[in-house]
Amino acid sequence: MACHGSLAVVSAVLAACCRQPSVRMAEPGEFTRRALENGRLDMTQVEGLADLIDAETEAQRRQALRVLSGELGQRAAQWRLDLVRACALLEATIDFADEEVPVDVTPEVRDLVTGTRAALVFEAGGVSMAERVRAGFEVAIVGKPNVGKSTLLNALAGREAALTSDVAGTTRDIIEVRMDLAGFAVTLLDTAGLRNTADHIEELGVERAVARANAADIRAVLSLDGAVPVGIEMTPDDIVLLAKCDDGDKKGGISGRTGAGIDRFVDHLKAVLKEKTSTSGVATRERHKHALQEAVVAMDQALSFLEIGPDVYELAAEELHRACRAMDGLIGRIGIESILDEIFSSFCLGK
Amino acid sequence: MKHFDVIVVGGGHAGCEAAAAAARMGAQTALITLSAHDLGAMSCNPAIGGLGKGHLVREVDALDGIMGKAADQAGIQFRLLNRRKGPAVQGPRAQADRKLYRAAIQAQLKATENLTLLNGEVVDLLGAPSNISGVVLGDGSELRSHSVILTTGTFLRGIIHIGDVSRPGGRMGDKPSVKLAQRIDEFGLSLGRLKTGTPPRLDGTTIDWRGLESQPGDEVPTLFSFLSKEPAARQIACGITHTNEKTHAIIRKNLDRSAMYGGHIDGVGPRYCPSIEDKIVRFADKTSHQIFLEPEGLDVATIYPNGISTSLPQDVQEAYVRSIAGLENALITQPGYAIEYDYVDPRSLEMSLALRNVTGLYLAGQINGTTGYEEASAQGMVAGLSAAAQALGRDGPSFSRSDSYIGVMLDDLISRGVSEPYRMFTSRAEFRLSLRADNADQRLTPQGVALGCVGAERYAAFSLKQEKLAKATAQLHADSFTPSQLQAGGIAVTQDGSRRSLYQVLSFPKVTFEDLITISPDLRDIEPDIAAQLSCDALYSNYIARQKKDVDAVQRDEALKIPEGFSYADIDGLSSELRGKLADRRPENLRQAQQVEGMTPAATMLLLAKLRQFNRLKAG
Repeated sequence: MACHGSLAVVSAVLAACCRQPSVRMAEPGEFTRRALENGRLDMTQVEGLADLIDAETEAQRRQALRVLSGELGQRAAQWRLDLVRACALLEATIDFADEEVPVDVTPEVRDLVTGTRAALVFEAGGVSMAERVRAGFEVAIVGKPNVGKSTLLNALAGREAALTSDVAGTTRDIIEVRMDLAGFAVTLLDTAGLRNTADHIEELGVERAVARANAADIRAVLSLDGAVPVGIEMTPDDIVLLAKCDDGDKKGGISGRTGAGIDRFVDHLKAVLKEKTSTSGVATRERHKHALQEAVVAMDQALSFLEIGPDVYELAAEELHRACRAMDGLIGRIGIESILDEIFSSFCLGK
Repeated sequence: MKHFDVIVVGGGHAGCEAAAAAARMGAQTALITLSAHDLGAMSCNPAIGGLGKGHLVREVDALDGIMGKAADQAGIQFRLLNRRKGPAVQGPRAQADRKLYRAAIQAQLKATENLTLLNGEVVDLLGAPSNISGVVLGDGSELRSHSVILTTGTFLRGIIHIGDVSRPGGRMGDKPSVKLAQRIDEFGLSLGRLKTGTPPRLDGTTIDWRGLESQPGDEVPTLFSFLSKEPAARQIACGITHTNEKTHAIIRKNLDRSAMYGGHIDGVGPRYCPSIEDKIVRFADKTSHQIFLEPEGLDVATIYPNGISTSLPQDVQEAYVRSIAGLENALITQPGYAIEYDYVDPRSLEMSLALRNVTGLYLAGQINGTTGYEEASAQGMVAGLSAAAQALGRDGPSFSRSDSYIGVMLDDLISRGVSEPYRMFTSRAEFRLSLRADNADQRLTPQGVALGCVGAERYAAFSLKQEKLAKATAQLHADSFTPSQLQAGGIAVTQDGSRRSLYQVLSFPKVTFEDLITISPDLRDIEPDIAAQLSCDALYSNYIARQKKDVDAVQRDEALKIPEGFSYADIDGLSSELRGKLADRRPENLRQAQQVEGMTPAATMLLLAKLRQFNRLKAG
């Protein structure tokens, strides 16, 4: 149905539709909900769809699509299959003790569990990066007062997000600007200039700036002489920029006022973010990580029982059952109460 | 005309247990069987118990049932299976002398008050098809009752196959109940077809036992009943032999003459108890299969060769038996046969084993698609207790997956149905670490006492044991010890500075109760069975604590009853297919609803929301 796009026309058309018998507006999330109810989407896919709808950047979109395609569900199903096979081997020696089943199935079970465990550990390791792609990275701009941090932020953001002046210490609180940086969701943090000060309020701002900068994913230090302010913990991904280099003629020089060196800075961030996200898998949420880790803990226990041998197969089996349940939880096949919580807390999404 | 509270039709393991249970409850009970002489007959292998099955026997015993006591009376070789594995997966098993077993069952039944044993063939039900109020016997006489329990086993349209020869029949030598089957057809129940087989029986005096491996029983026998102290009969050993390539060649050559492979049988057989034909076809690369030579009794020569059940013709049976070491001159006293029979889809039953659509009619045992004496007996217990409670206007029993193997079996049968003869395994019980054979009395006897099916003797014994357990548990928790003190007592423990109670120490997999005595000599006074139970409890205590959450979840869902007359039609968002299935299946609670094929978590949620709304409306 095509019509003019004005609000009045659209709502008149919708109103006309809704006057038809058995036609009503879908409730928020109704189609997704139906897909979940009818088993067309699993829990992770629903989460992926929610992410897709919320996606602001290209990296987020790609990641959400991967989750939506059911890749995590498929992998979890495969892991679960291997675990079920391992369980079955143990159960056979338990329930058919009097028949001709192999007595010691430890090697095969160990192989199955070890292989699955490695895959889970890898996937769990990627969750924090995937979570960053979803929620956004933080880049903190730090430096002494009056080196042009706010000017740089404004240049990157393309608007006057931070108040700038020649007076040192203008920025006392932390200013956040959310932006799409080369496809990644990035929150730029403009922090108070770092110096010793007698002004109590400014001192608090400095303390907060240091703490926040250290917690960020990347730190960009702006300084006139290349020195890193005291208290800032640098990592290999961080960058030191020479401030107020209006002509862009020095190595690492940058100027928010003329825009010199900004492209290079953005390229650096892009490279670092690409590198950081290269390990992110299809598990994208803390919930996924939690399930994966629970399974890994259970599998570690199972492996240690396997070492003791057939005497404690029932305990090894118990741990593997727990790991299976964790996999079930990953794709939403879990107890009714947790499903209720999960759905009502985060399953309120668009159509 | 005599009026009973409960009439039990059929005198197999389900029927005997059902009749005894109903009578113990105080219900006037009649047990009708074709021949009272056959009460307690073991029609298949002469053994009781095993993995999962031994657990069921213990649970039946905890409710003061008759199977465990009879097996202890008749046991001639006791073995605790999985003795080297953890206590949760150990299952007591015994070879039983058929005659002694029958005698022990019959003696218990005769000594049961309120129970009348009757000979006769039940040919029809009174009050059919809606409200069953008694039975009609073959001679035309009628018996009235509040309810009827059918435990007719394989008698429903049973067909016996020996090779390409088949004839109608239930157990070998018995006639099938055709008339009754026709009546059951009128209920419009969904029926399925299953098969099971037996091996040829051998004359033990014609077996050359020299050179055959012998399998003795356990030195210290583990009995079934919580009331038994020691075996009553003389103990013997079983023999072990193996099939060989010659055996397999004979069977392969004659496969087309097998009832099963000749296409005479439609029923589905169990995967776990395959015929020798099955074994040879499906595991073609195996050159040998194990056979247990199990004596059927102390004073009879008959041997039950466990592992070669068959539906081949008699001449082939003879040929392949004689190709086996030790059996070169063996005489077959009764050929092996396969039997096909109808079963009722157990999804048409309630947890009490009453039929949903017919008032006053209960089904128990093989008729519900199960196999095994123990499974039958446990169902008999459930049906007997339920029917009696209903007749007497009292609350019936309640079993859950979280409290018993009985609960696991009922839930499996009623919510999932069967696709092959259903047999119990320990792996069916997700809470297996707490559902152990050793604590069956702790789990179920209190319920039995409340129901009124537990006699004075057991009540006294159970109360005494509870007292001792409580006292011993208190002793283990009374003091705590430093790592140094424990190490001095020879217990390996890390020097982490934390004090531990002896109960905590007992939960270490490597620590035995004897190790504790070194540290606290007072514990020597604790009796061995109490010490053993405490050791099991302690060993699994961490797991049981962790499982508690899952148990609670199951119980919460089980507690959410779906009321009679609840309508699925107006639940928005449920597919019409699922609505139809739910309306058809009529789950009793939310847990069962979740088991219905196609139920997604979200659909469960919709149902839950509707249920809450329904209950609110009813309350308001």
